[in-house]
Amino acid sequence: MKSTGSIGRRLTLLLAGVAALLSVLSWWMVTSLARQAAERTQDNVLAASVTTIAETLRSEQGEVRLELPYSAFSMLGAISEDRVFYRVATGDTVLTGYEDLPVPAQGQSSGGRVFFETTEFSGEEIRMATISRLVLAGSQPVPVNVTVAQTRGGVASISAELSQLAAFLSVAFFLVAVSLSAFAARTSLRPLNEIAAAVSRRGPSDLRPLRRAAPTELAPLMTSLNRLMDRLGQSIRSAEDFIAEAAHRIRTPLATVRAQAEIALRSARNDEQKQRLRQMIRALDESSRSAGQLLDHAMVTYRTDDLVRSSVRLSDLIGKTVAGLEPTAAMKDIRLHVEMIPTMVQVDPVLMENALRNVLDNAIKYSPPDTAVTITSSEIDGQIHIAVKDQGPGLGEGPVDMLTQRFQRGSNTQGIVGSGLGLTIAKDVLVAHGGRLVLENLQGENGTCATLILPSC
Amino acid sequence: MRYLLVEDNQELAEAVVNRLALDGHAVDHAASLADAEDWLAAAQYDLILLDVMLPDGDGRDFLARSRAHLGTPVIVLTARSQVSDRVGALDQGADDYITKPFDFSELEARCRAVLRRRGGAARNEIELGDAIFDPLAGTLRNGATSIDLRNREIRLLEVFARHKGQILSKGQLMDRLFSYDAEVTENAIEVYVGRLRRRIGGMGVRIETVRGLGYRMETGEA
Repeated sequence: MKSTGSIGRRLTLLLAGVAALLSVLSWWMVTSLARQAAERTQDNVLAASVTTIAETLRSEQGEVRLELPYSAFSMLGAISEDRVFYRVATGDTVLTGYEDLPVPAQGQSSGGRVFFETTEFSGEEIRMATISRLVLAGSQPVPVNVTVAQTRGGVASISAELSQLAAFLSVAFFLVAVSLSAFAARTSLRPLNEIAAAVSRRGPSDLRPLRRAAPTELAPLMTSLNRLMDRLGQSIRSAEDFIAEAAHRIRTPLATVRAQAEIALRSARNDEQKQRLRQMIRALDESSRSAGQLLDHAMVTYRTDDLVRSSVRLSDLIGKTVAGLEPTAAMKDIRLHVEMIPTMVQVDPVLMENALRNVLDNAIKYSPPDTAVTITSSEIDGQIHIAVKDQGPGLGEGPVDMLTQRFQRGSNTQGIVGSGLGLTIAKDVLVAHGGRLVLENLQGENGTCATLILPSC
Repeated sequence: MRYLLVEDNQELAEAVVNRLALDGHAVDHAASLADAEDWLAAAQYDLILLDVMLPDGDGRDFLARSRAHLGTPVIVLTARSQVSDRVGALDQGADDYITKPFDFSELEARCRAVLRRRGGAARNEIELGDAIFDPLAGTLRNGATSIDLRNREIRLLEVFARHKGQILSKGQLMDRLFSYDAEVTENAIEVYVGRLRRRIGGMGVRIETVRGLGYRMETGEA
């Protein structure tokens, strides 16, 4: 299945992207606001400073006089360690201060308004505040420009500090936002994961519709999932029904023919007729057994695709199978000895019973009358071994492995009805369970040992 | 023993009825579940042989329905795959099942096993002169002496007991005793008869050889 990535990750990434954008935006806004605020503060102080100096302007004997108030400069020192420059000039004549301080571009501004300018002085950026005052020097008013300037190091450092703080807060916001979005993504995807878990917890044959509360968005998914399971259930049922029906159709007429043949055998007077009828019955048995085993084999192949495992007591499993074959064994006075270890196995009970029945059926079929078949179980190297030993003629000549192949029968089975499918079925069932079937001749005595090996759980 | 056979296939039913009648059993035949209900209401049975696919329903449903008030043992006759069927039939209260087409000897053996396991059912003793033979328990009693017989001895003795005084050929005995899935020679019959003779010696029951024809059971002193 091609994956188109995780919805959770996509959602988280999207939300994190938005958070990052917001963080950068807020950092930028805080930084510029901080800079503006710092600049405005400096401007206000500069304005206050020039106004204070301008307040002291007066005319004395036709000359413009002033006193530089200390406070005018101390207030500037209060906000930062920046250097302060000043100049008081009438026209081109500098009354006091730095002569080379740049002349304000709008030197003739009037109306008592403070005029600000940002320029450069001795290699540093400075902020200049200038105010114009008309002072009566003698008979005519003389315009006096008072300029106070300050370098902007303080502003820069304040705004840098605030910007750093803003950056720190933005990063923190971003991190919180990312974790919240991851959480949100997980929370909103939880119902989906719950549905997935509910489906995967089920056994392979549990095809009942899902009946759990789901968010509206998932309702269509639930509906189609349930519809799919319904269809799957129907197709499994129809396959099983078909096999059952096929078996019924084949076996019922065979049963009738066989029963009639047996009745006929009873009333037959002539030995030759009897012999023919017996052969007929044997052939019928052979074909019905083959039909049965073929259908069983189809069913087993079909079911081994997904095993319906459950926890079963081994002794129950064996006990039930043995009880089913007891009458068959009794017909030949064959004793069935069972020795069991108390253990649980994780198997598909229907299939395991079938496998065991096929092996046991074989053992009984090839055993001479008045003998015993022993079924023992043991745990060897973490595996469960179920050994079925008989006192029959053994496996005969030829490779033993061949016997578990379809329609292969041993070299010494003449005269005994069989389909050659029983051991194949048993082997298939064991292999599907992760186990195997081992066939061997008993050492030093007559008989066969078939061992069903299951991995222990 | 009184059996009820519930089977919709007429030919098969007839054959089963005939065959069980030969063994001395009384068999009623119901062709549908409704018929079966009628028979069950009218008579007491020792054993029910129930087909699973019937025209008016599934035999297993009938079994599940009637199990509560039906004490009679049930053997299910199924033509379906064992893999899917067996568990279902047994879980719904059948005592055993047999797959069609079945061997009559096997059916007999299974009926016997079920009846023995269920116990309590009507005894089915056969008087052989002074001796009493119980084929279900597998015992032969004469006064204070009682012997336990093994499965094939029981079956052989039962065949003789049901045909007291008749001559039974080796072929007849062979067909009754063995399933057809293994080749059996008439010599085997001689061996079994010989063994049974030794086992029941002194119990007042004898099996005589009728030269060239077969065997015949006689009771009383020779």
